[in-house]
Amino acid sequence: MNPTTQNRTRPVRGARGAAALAARPGRGSRPRPGTANWAGWAFLAPVTIYLLAFYAYPMYRNIELSLHHYTVRSFVHGGAPFTGLDNYRKVLSDPAFRPALIHTLVFTGASILFQFWIGMGLAVFFSRHFRLSATLRALFLVPWLLPLIVSASTWSWMLNSDSGVVNHMLHGLGIAPVDWLTSPKWSLVSVIVANVWIGIPFNLVMLYSGMQAVSPELYEAAELDGATAWQRFWKVTFPLLRPVAAITLLLGLVYTLKVFDIIWIMTKGGPAGSSATFATWSYQLGFGNLLPEFGPGAAVGNLLVVMALAFGLIYIRAQRKQREA
Amino acid sequence: MTAFRRPRTTWWKTAVGLVLTALMLFPVYWMVNESLTRDQDMRKTPPNWFPVHGTLDGYRAVLHQQMPYLGTSLFIGLGTVVLTVAVAAPAGYSLAKLRPRGGGILSFALLIAQMIPGIIMAMGFYAIYLNLGMLDSVAGLIVADSTIAVPFATLVFAAFMTGIPAELLQAAKTDGAGQLRTFWSIVMPVSRNAVVTVSLFAFLWAWSDFIFANTLDGQGGAQPITLGIYHYIGNNNQQWNAIMATAVVASVPATVLLVVAQRYVAAGVTAGAVKD
Repeated sequence: MNPTTQNRTRPVRGARGAAALAARPGRGSRPRPGTANWAGWAFLAPVTIYLLAFYAYPMYRNIELSLHHYTVRSFVHGGAPFTGLDNYRKVLSDPAFRPALIHTLVFTGASILFQFWIGMGLAVFFSRHFRLSATLRALFLVPWLLPLIVSASTWSWMLNSDSGVVNHMLHGLGIAPVDWLTSPKWSLVSVIVANVWIGIPFNLVMLYSGMQAVSPELYEAAELDGATAWQRFWKVTFPLLRPVAAITLLLGLVYTLKVFDIIWIMTKGGPAGSSATFATWSYQLGFGNLLPEFGPGAAVGNLLVVMALAFGLIYIRAQRKQREA
Repeated sequence: MTAFRRPRTTWWKTAVGLVLTALMLFPVYWMVNESLTRDQDMRKTPPNWFPVHGTLDGYRAVLHQQMPYLGTSLFIGLGTVVLTVAVAAPAGYSLAKLRPRGGGILSFALLIAQMIPGIIMAMGFYAIYLNLGMLDSVAGLIVADSTIAVPFATLVFAAFMTGIPAELLQAAKTDGAGQLRTFWSIVMPVSRNAVVTVSLFAFLWAWSDFIFANTLDGQGGAQPITLGIYHYIGNNNQQWNAIMATAVVASVPATVLLVVAQRYVAAGVTAGAVKD
């Protein structure tokens, strides 16, 4: 591996390093006597207090919310009666539960599938040398850096039924206009399209960095053996890329599960709940109505946490395995 | 891939690359185009593909109505950067170099913290701020926004500081510097790149935050630009050129940072940074 490729892959190694550091509690760290340990925790004190105050406490409040019957009045003055798991029962038997679960899974699955493979295709394309390659690759980051409200409102306007540019283009192709955001049939597709667009840059950069770590000699050898470009991808690039691909997919999974802004800004989960996921449903219950239902809202949110943590733990396991490999 | 294999005919790859980039950036182009379009042309069939009768009306409206929002966002963004670096940098140093017993548990907690959905945090913060009377306050929003960046920042600092040579720290110790002095005079200056990467993302995330702003600062006097756009769409869905002009202006920090700090952005993405 020459120095330049090594340099290019450094960020990924950094990420692995960071995650690995976290994934193996205790191991690798040599406990030192007395003063070092004391100083170590002194430097960790701010972040420890921070985590307790700004993560643990809000999480605790959320669990507490989900176990009580809160009204606007009791929210301010206290005295909400303890109701045990009633809010969870209520949420699970709600007719909105099944659609929200399905939408969450479809939204996450479809987003990941498309952004990963489009990102992969682009990473393969950009890993060839050509003029402007680096500049164009940098431009691909733009959608990822824009505030979500900007991307979401731009997509809303582009997908507008009457004046949107997408329907104009379809008209040009002889296709009848589609009510992208206002028909229950298309709303979920619309938010998935916007989310895929936002997710492509991340997949591109991750996979591109992974490809830079693959030694060029392997391609030379494969080419000498008469492998076609397609074979080179499936027999050389893809297998060697698998660890990076796995991390990319799992990170994507954890983060796509909790996507809220795009859906809320584009459709508010509607029409008639046709694009509502757990994230928007939870928000809808807690903040979207005149009479907020904090308890059920928190309950849905907590279910979402459980889902995210399940995938999160798979991610951490994968990180650890990769480090051991 | 390697120099000697570089084919002479790369121009078609550049051409394909340009087409792909144009496709990808079409929504961004469209946003700019619409921001320059006259009111009467907004709903034209077919639309103007270029701002032929360009107008700056949209931008004039932004200047009149959105400046306070932009100022608030700038303030919140900078506040979030300061808080994030202040909390995360010492922790990164400790996890990378001092490695106290039990530090691994903390790193694990940081990793888990990154997976908690924003909506959960928003609801928890809402409940807490309501009792503390901290709703609609800029300080409250800075604290909430920093939760998006702190775990990521700590792990980036830790990963970066692991690479600082032990001899450097040993030399400082030999010269009689205490831990605090070593951290401040040696570790922090050497970690400039990590500080830039972390600051960049903390700022961008705070600048882009919508969910905390909407739940914790929906009624306040000092609202960030994301709410400026959101309420603008809500109250006024006719003047799309002004809405798109606001969107363009709100994208300025992202664009500037991409141009100025491109390599830090790539480093940040691959460090596992994902927008939520």
